[in-house]
Amino acid sequence: MPRMSMIEAIRDAMDVAMGRDDDVVVFGEDVGYFGGVFRCTQGLQQKYGKHRCFDTPISELGIVGTAIGMGAYGLKPCVEVQFADYVYPAYDQIVSEAARLRYRSNGQFTCPLVIRMPTGGGIFGGQTHSQSPEALFTHVAGLKTVVPSNPLDAKGLLIAAIEDPDPVIFLEPKRLYNGPFDGHHDRPVTAWSKHPLGEVPAGHYTVPLGKAEVRRAGADVTVLAYGTMVHVAEAAAADTGIDAEIVDLRTLVPYDLDTIAASVRKTGRCVVVHEATLTSGFGAELSALVQETCFYHLEAPVGRVAGWDTPYPHAQEWDYFPGPARVGRALAEAMEA
Amino acid sequence: MTDAAPLRFHVPEPEFRPGDTPDFSQVAIPKAGSVRRPEVDADPEAIRDLAFSIIRVLNRNGEAVGPWAGLLSDEELATGLRDMMLLRTFDKRMLMAQRQGKTSFYMQHMGEEAVSAAFRKALMPGDMNFPTYRQAGLLIAGGYPMVEMMNQIYSNEADPLKGRQLPVLYSSRDYGFFSLSGNLGTQFVQAVGWAMASAIKGDSKIAVGWIGDGSTAESDFHAALVFASTYKAPVVLNIVNNQWAISTYQGIARGGSGTFAARGLGFGIPALRVDGNDYLAVHAVAKWAAERARRNLGPTLIEHVTYRVGAHSTSDDPSAYRPKAESDAWPLGDPVLRLKNHLIARELWSEERHKQAEAEILDTVIAAQKEAESHGTLHSGGRPSARDMFEGVFAEMPAHLRRQRQDAGV
Repeated sequence: MPRMSMIEAIRDAMDVAMGRDDDVVVFGEDVGYFGGVFRCTQGLQQKYGKHRCFDTPISELGIVGTAIGMGAYGLKPCVEVQFADYVYPAYDQIVSEAARLRYRSNGQFTCPLVIRMPTGGGIFGGQTHSQSPEALFTHVAGLKTVVPSNPLDAKGLLIAAIEDPDPVIFLEPKRLYNGPFDGHHDRPVTAWSKHPLGEVPAGHYTVPLGKAEVRRAGADVTVLAYGTMVHVAEAAAADTGIDAEIVDLRTLVPYDLDTIAASVRKTGRCVVVHEATLTSGFGAELSALVQETCFYHLEAPVGRVAGWDTPYPHAQEWDYFPGPARVGRALAEAMEA
Repeated sequence: MTDAAPLRFHVPEPEFRPGDTPDFSQVAIPKAGSVRRPEVDADPEAIRDLAFSIIRVLNRNGEAVGPWAGLLSDEELATGLRDMMLLRTFDKRMLMAQRQGKTSFYMQHMGEEAVSAAFRKALMPGDMNFPTYRQAGLLIAGGYPMVEMMNQIYSNEADPLKGRQLPVLYSSRDYGFFSLSGNLGTQFVQAVGWAMASAIKGDSKIAVGWIGDGSTAESDFHAALVFASTYKAPVVLNIVNNQWAISTYQGIARGGSGTFAARGLGFGIPALRVDGNDYLAVHAVAKWAAERARRNLGPTLIEHVTYRVGAHSTSDDPSAYRPKAESDAWPLGDPVLRLKNHLIARELWSEERHKQAEAEILDTVIAAQKEAESHGTLHSGGRPSARDMFEGVFAEMPAHLRRQRQDAGV
């Protein structure tokens, strides 16, 4: 089976989707001739032509706004916003337009659209290249929000997102692009080629939206995580020896409550982990869902580990980043309660 | 240190406020027929002057004159008059219905009927408008059933949008009328995207964007122009300058620019100003721009110079911010009266036939209204079900919405 980095898997997903459906178009800042600042669209313009993969002016509003018009026409745009930190000029188009078009027109117009964005920190990108804005999208009715944690899922989820009839926010943890980063920033980085989830089937397959995956089975405590934090949680379990069951949500909305609840009812304990700031983060939703559905199975309060409620700093990256030590402490606290 | 005077902060003001006597005699209105009609493939650089003039066809004597005249048959002109009269009557009845509590809100077109009614006649089946809330003439002139519009305004059991949208935010794919958002300016750039898609697919359809003078200040307007310019999108971009954005006069959005049309020049987009109260002029300019788009010559920006005679909406009171007589003083006249006078001057119409047509149109509108009201109004009779509220958020209802629908007990 081919081995791919997350970048290669994402590129392969778009390649497969464009090859199968002439209506799939890919565009954004620097994505055409150059192939994207992270090289996720490399070669697509050469292969499919400038009318299917092209560069745009630096206007996230324009990228998403035109993509909505194209989606309504009948195309399936898969656009790139260069960093999730830059999506805000497009936020009105996403929230007021893309998310509501099907509903407000009673299905006369729809918006099959994927907005890809590199998300998260760990690359010394400072405030403008490190944010995790997923909660700004999960809070909006009419949007699906996806965060893959590995190449195998990334390809299958992206193809599923492109084939989905509704708008999908596709957040790509940029620290995972080249390897499964577990938060031990002082250790050598492994490559996806040495990881089983770097084995990515050629051709078409999908990973269904709305289905979580138990990444590590365990008996002691459930960890709900997504993106980079899945790997951080695995490191925390290894470091502490706590037998954590790690649920990789993969899709935040629609969320897979069945898998979440089954795990928490089994372990009786739960820690929610995300990189994004704590207050009103998606972890708050997860924590509420767990207590609503699993209250009588809980033996400890639901714990949360998240980014601090500060802007993402530069020099203090590793003080800010919720690494394995912090997650490990939260696991230990959940076990002690 | 500097010897310059202290800085002064500048806030533009309209010339006339309540109590003033409006006088527009200083507004330069070119004579009908005086503005040239360039070839559709003219170099945008060679027609920059058209962004500072006003293309007009109907003169004071009701004659159609100049190079933009002569495109419409007698029958088409009579239809145009009827469309505008229908829209005006429709507005009157729906304003009354709102006052009677049959709906929550309404927005009328008084004075601006020609803009959308005439423009619609320059389009082909399959073309798509991305309208604002003051272009219902696109639907009326396009033959969309009035009763469907009323069902939407009443949010009744037959509302094609199932009660989800504020009154007048219509949607009809089949009639080339994109779902109205209600957010200002957002759809201008979507029109460009739709047009880009048509070009990507090698199709023959064009898109038409609409925006008000006030909303040109939104970033969406500028994004639309740069994308339309870069990709030479087959789109006609319309600015309806009706002088007032609720209480804010057009100078606040226009700033130091001479005209709104001039905004197109920096993008290399041909920009024309047209007398928005002149049915023939609007139609002729629309035809010119649509042909440019269809012949792969790219976008056109049109500023329709008109005047919002009525209130912004049923929630607005213009007497608080502008003189009552301002609309009478407005130099471009009334679009219905001007087309009527043209038809009379050509002996195609008479006062008598006009009165007769008014009565017939009123009967037609009342009949549609009765039919719509048989399906309910906002607060009485048939209404969309609470269950409908949960449908259509996604193509397939996800589990969390199913649970919420159960919780709601519907």
